[in-house]
This record gives sequence, structure tokens and C-alpha cells, in this order.
Amino acid sequence: MKNGSFVQVRLPSELGFEKVAMSTAASMAALMGFSVDRIDDLKTAVAEACINAIEHGNQLNSSLTVGVVLSTTDDQLEVKVIDDGSGVGASSAASPNIDRKILGEEDPRGLGMFLIQSLVDEAEWHQGPPGKSFVRLVIRLDKENQ
Amino acid sequence: MQATTKVTQRAATADSGSAVTILSFSGDISSASKETILAAYHGLDGSVSKVLLDFTGVEYINSSGIAIFIQVLLESSKSGSRTIAIFGLSPHFQKVFTMVGINKYAALYSDESAAKSGL
Repeated sequence: MKNGSFVQVRLPSELGFEKVAMSTAASMAALMGFSVDRIDDLKTAVAEACINAIEHGNQLNSSLTVGVVLSTTDDQLEVKVIDDGSGVGASSAASPNIDRKILGEEDPRGLGMFLIQSLVDEAEWHQGPPGKSFVRLVIRLDKENQ
Repeated sequence: MQATTKVTQRAATADSGSAVTILSFSGDISSASKETILAAYHGLDGSVSKVLLDFTGVEYINSSGIAIFIQVLLESSKSGSRTIAIFGLSPHFQKVFTMVGINKYAALYSDESAAKSGL
């Protein structure tokens, strides 16, 4: 695959369509030579980013779409997931506290950002006006054997 | 657009000789699965003390799906008399469940044979 390849997908703001982005990201990562393990990590991270965009960014509004932009360099695959919300201000996600969740002291949900951050090499959340808020995910080929 | 989850229930026996109920899931597990999964769990007889959750047939699970199983473990923990274990997860989702900490409350086994041996 050529350096600088670029793919864009637009998803309806409906849960389930995150799987389209997952498949696209997995196909690009496979073309670049990523291992199955890294591709599985990327698929989960991309799915969670899209779910957040559909549910929280676009509030399940069927008139809005989620943009997924995948671009490559020699050694990395970058995925941007763009929505019409105001974005997430956090620079990092808190680790879930399973004990508090089991005790009912913390919502069982709220795992998405943690999983994203844990499964890719870079994860950044950017706030912006409608259509400009995004999360940027990167996986790098040089991390393959680490 | 979310795919459906199917749940089947069967009885089995652990290597220790104790009775086990296996709940097998197939399809996708997402927020849309909550009613189906909790209904299956709530439908278990109160005398069931060992439950195996079988993910062998699961094709996709996301964080909302994982949260449903945290809810199941929360209920099991409250009852205080039921052991839950998990088998059939892919290596990737064994890693994810461990990252979240679920293995602290439900042992993760690679397959049914290992789970029956471990219970």
C-alpha cells in the first residue's frame, strides 16, 4: 500500500454502524502488515470511538453523520473519528474501578475511553465546533514486537 | 441496526462433580443485548450456585456489552452464593476483560473443558 493512502467513511448516527468503520480500519491495517493482535486492538478502539461519536457526540441524531478518516504513513495508521458534538475535554481516560462497579458505586458503563487509550499507541481528544470535534487514534508498526 | 444476541441454557457437571449451568451467547453483544442477557440470568433457578458464561459463539462485543456482564457480576456478588466463570473469549477479549478487571470477580478460562476443571 502506498505511503499517504487515505480513506474516508461516513457513518449514520446509529449504533451498529461502528462495525463498518471497524472493518475498514482492519482492512487497512492488514494491508500495512499489522499483526492480528494489533488489528484486534485497533478494531475495538475504533468501534469505541465511533460509539462515543454516535451516542454522545451526535446524540443518536439520524440527520447527522460520523466521519471516519483513515490515513497512512510508512510506519503508522491514523484514524480520526469526527462528530458534531462539542468534544471531550479529557486528555486521558481514568482507569475503571471494578470494585466500585461491582459494589454499584460506579456506573458499569464508561469503559470506552479507557479501552481506546489502552489499546492504541496514541489517543487524543480534540474539542471544536460542530463537525470539528474528533478523537485521533494512531497505531505504529514499530510497536509491533514490543 | 445492532445485531441480535441469542442465549441458550444447558446443565453440565464440573469435574468436581458439582452441578453447573452454562449460558451460551452467540451473535453480537452490545447495549441492545441488555434485556436478553439479564432476562436469561434472572431466569436461572435460585438454587443454581455455579454459572459458566460461554462466549464461544460471540462475534463482537463492545464496552456497553461488557458493562452488562459487570451488572451480572454485581447481582451475583450481592446474592453472595453464586460463582460465575467465563470461557470461550478470544485472546483479544480475554485481554480486554482482564484490563477492565472482570477476572477479579469471574475466572476466565480458554474453553469449556478448562472451565469445568477449574470450577
